[in-house]
Amino acid sequence: MVQFLDVILLTFLAVVAFAAVRMRDLFGIAMLLGVFSFLSASLFVVLDAADVAMTEAAVGAGVSTILVLSTLAATGKTVRPRSGRWKLPLFVTVMVGAALAYGTLDMPRYGDPSAPIQVHPIAKHYIEVSPQESGIPNMVTTLLAFYRGFDTLGETGVVFTAGIGVLALIGRRRRQDGTAAEALGPDVVAERHIIVRVVGKMMIPLVLLFACYVQAHGDYGPGGGFQAGVIFASGLMIYMLLFGIDAAERLVPPSVLQRLIALGLLIYGGIGVVNILQGGHFLDYRTLSSDAAHGIHYGVLGIELGVGITVTAVITTIIFTFTGYLRRGSATQQEA
Amino acid sequence: MDMALDVLSWILLALGGAVAVLSGVGLLRFPDVYSRMHAASMLESLGAFCVLLGLFLQAGFTVVGAKLAILYVFLLLTAATAGHALAKSTYEAGVKPYERPGRRTDSQLGEGSNG
Repeated sequence: MVQFLDVILLTFLAVVAFAAVRMRDLFGIAMLLGVFSFLSASLFVVLDAADVAMTEAAVGAGVSTILVLSTLAATGKTVRPRSGRWKLPLFVTVMVGAALAYGTLDMPRYGDPSAPIQVHPIAKHYIEVSPQESGIPNMVTTLLAFYRGFDTLGETGVVFTAGIGVLALIGRRRRQDGTAAEALGPDVVAERHIIVRVVGKMMIPLVLLFACYVQAHGDYGPGGGFQAGVIFASGLMIYMLLFGIDAAERLVPPSVLQRLIALGLLIYGGIGVVNILQGGHFLDYRTLSSDAAHGIHYGVLGIELGVGITVTAVITTIIFTFTGYLRRGSATQQEA
Repeated sequence: MDMALDVLSWILLALGGAVAVLSGVGLLRFPDVYSRMHAASMLESLGAFCVLLGLFLQAGFTVVGAKLAILYVFLLLTAATAGHALAKSTYEAGVKPYERPGRRTDSQLGEGSNG
């Protein structure tokens, strides 16, 4: 039965991907990519990877669709006429596709019990040791935040870098003109979409509350800093969509966001430094408390908080920056 | 009792599935965006209601049941709102509702006098 679901979902994925390639209307393609992400999220749920599914649904279907749409609003919504050169791109695509297909031949079959991931001693070790050592039921969280804490620090660093990159590329120019911001007039939106605003207002607290639940509940169920961060950012994004970028920036000023981006990573790394100062290894949380399991718990909660703060701040910054760029663009057009 | 619940739940699930299929047919066959939205909204309200109620009968008054109930409230709120926003934006973008060719209606007469 589950394999039946796999087949259906994968077929839908292929159909949506082909439709997106064939389509010329970029708005439609943006929507199809959202559908693609949502199907991927469903597939992750079928594969029992609920943590990944949450992130995929929030980022792929929610945040990046809005990001693509706001980019399209700034650039234009149709595909440019193609240039005559198609042989080289086609060749490259076919070769890359063939290489990927060749690579999959070496991979173990889906659900193969003798696949390396099933028989490798380290996997067995984690499964046997982690519940006793840490007392955290959700093994994914222990693995991600404790055994592989250094990798996750790197991942948080990547998110951090993405936020800094967006700020460095298009973020700072926006702040030069504080005056043109009101030109779009948030009141126009307010009058026209009153129902959406009223319902959205009811939704935002629930979304934020759910994000906090996901953040705090990562030890016991699917969730954690990455998931909570993207959900929290989605809540702020809804606020921005409903009340305009100006109100959203009054709610969460960019200067605060910039500090939060760094703060999250600082919390993460700081916990590692505290571990060293207490005589342990970097990110070995067992030193945080006299009881090793408690120490791991504190450490995991702490770094998840750091991850959550950084992810929230980075995604919110990216959305606000893109939308703010749009505002500046239309403001200059109106002046011209 | 359990048997009756199972049967009822299966009937509701099958009904929900049937509504989904009908809604899909409507989405493909209806002539314009408004009637298509009408077809799609059948799935969002009635279809989802049947499926979720069918699942609720299986779950009973448990945490899962409560989650299903919350899910339906969420779906009602968001689907209706999204439908409203979509229809309004479509109308404001100037998409006129479909009218059967050859049939002169009031709005067509109005357009004629304007043009």
